[in-house]
Amino acid sequence: MEIKKTSLNKLHQSNNAKFVEFAGYEMPIQYSKGIIEEHKFTRSHSGIFDVSHMGQLFIYGDENLTVELEKIFPLDLKNLKLNCSKYSFLMNEDAGIYDDLIITKIEQGYLIILNAACKDKDFEVLSNLIGKKYKMHLDNNRSLIAIQGPKSVEILNSIINGVDKLHFMTGNWFDFDNQKLFVTRSGYTGEDGFEISISNDKAEKFVQNLIEKGAQLIGLGARDTLRLEAGLCLYGHELDINKTPVEANLRWAISKSRLSNGGFIGSKKIMNQMQDGASQIRVGIKPEGRLIAREKTKIFDDKNTPIGEITSGTFGPSVNGPIAMGYVDKEFSKVDTKILLEVRGKKHPANVCTLPFYKKKYVKGAN
Amino acid sequence: MSEVKFSKEHEWITLEGDVATIGITKHATEMLGDIVFAELPEKGSNVEKDGTAGVVESTKAASDVYTPVSGEVVDTNQAIVDDPSKINEDPEGAAWFFKLKMKDQSEMDSLMNKEEYDKFAKESAS
Repeated sequence: MEIKKTSLNKLHQSNNAKFVEFAGYEMPIQYSKGIIEEHKFTRSHSGIFDVSHMGQLFIYGDENLTVELEKIFPLDLKNLKLNCSKYSFLMNEDAGIYDDLIITKIEQGYLIILNAACKDKDFEVLSNLIGKKYKMHLDNNRSLIAIQGPKSVEILNSIINGVDKLHFMTGNWFDFDNQKLFVTRSGYTGEDGFEISISNDKAEKFVQNLIEKGAQLIGLGARDTLRLEAGLCLYGHELDINKTPVEANLRWAISKSRLSNGGFIGSKKIMNQMQDGASQIRVGIKPEGRLIAREKTKIFDDKNTPIGEITSGTFGPSVNGPIAMGYVDKEFSKVDTKILLEVRGKKHPANVCTLPFYKKKYVKGAN
Repeated sequence: MSEVKFSKEHEWITLEGDVATIGITKHATEMLGDIVFAELPEKGSNVEKDGTAGVVESTKAASDVYTPVSGEVVDTNQAIVDDPSKINEDPEGAAWFFKLKMKDQSEMDSLMNKEEYDKFAKESAS
């Protein structure tokens, strides 16, 4: 299959990107400055991320669509205000996660942002559930650009006046170059920032404007270290079809009002796990010293009994040390529990710790 | 000190008397990216030509470090363990990895000189 390219591919090339294949797309892993500098620049200034490989799914419909979607997602969508967003999951009957996503109420229905590797499967699953009644469109004509970091609000507002009025997890339509673009105050780095849905033919010009104002392109390498420091899950690592939101320690994302009556796909399993607890749970892990424990590293208790596995592990540039997330048996999930990580045949000490590793800087509104 | 020689695994080596100093090349650091972890062989241990003698990790992945010659480890560079970013800063100078007391100096003969290595690195990168 031919590798897909985003509308910013030429711009990445001219900025000396190193490319990798990710979910069938040729994506920049880093630029000349390297992952650590890109990471730190995002934390201190403003980084631009091409996330156009992600799916932008528009579903059109009225309040009946809301009723249908509440049978799928564990959300209180009836009370979700126009242009407000929620983090959620598409699950199977066993509450296994097909994908994690952001759903936003828009005037014509809903906009759902999906992971690149999952979007086609998600579309199939959702089509089978509601496709006969509602028009759905996975929009390949739009790019998705994220701008993240403390200077992002000032930079973006100088190009699109009014975005500074948005609060975290809300959005709106704005004008750029005689076109409508949809901006949400959101992202996946732990920093304040925005995601901009823009037509492909305007994307490069828009990003050039951001660069002129002082933002810099950041690759997927730094995106991964940033999200891990922020304690955020990545599909295919922390989340997959064999994990439930309760096991992933994401019960905060399930609307309380939906837990008493259920009625969404996977609700039975979720309600059982909420009551009895899951046998394994996602935790933060801090290796002692400088040792990095990568994905699939086996976790043991102090008696050398296997108790779990690392799902993501790297060096956190802002934490200035190794960080990881993984799943452990629930009796080992308490903060400060001493554990052992097997790396290159030797066991190394580590501690279960609170997440995030790096405090999030979201600009939250009243609700 | 002898001429600097290079291995296909992207190590450099110099010889002074019967003690060899070994590190990884600038080209290797450019391929690895930001190095954030280094593990070195134990002093007093014996390492065999082309065997593993350490590990470096970038933000992305772990890579083995090989030794281009056999010998006994007589010194290691603790400074790069304490601050692995030094490896990116000066890989072919201050950021040497370990020193070996060589047994068989003829092992140096099969290694590449600078010109040969530069050509090899260029070809293997493309």
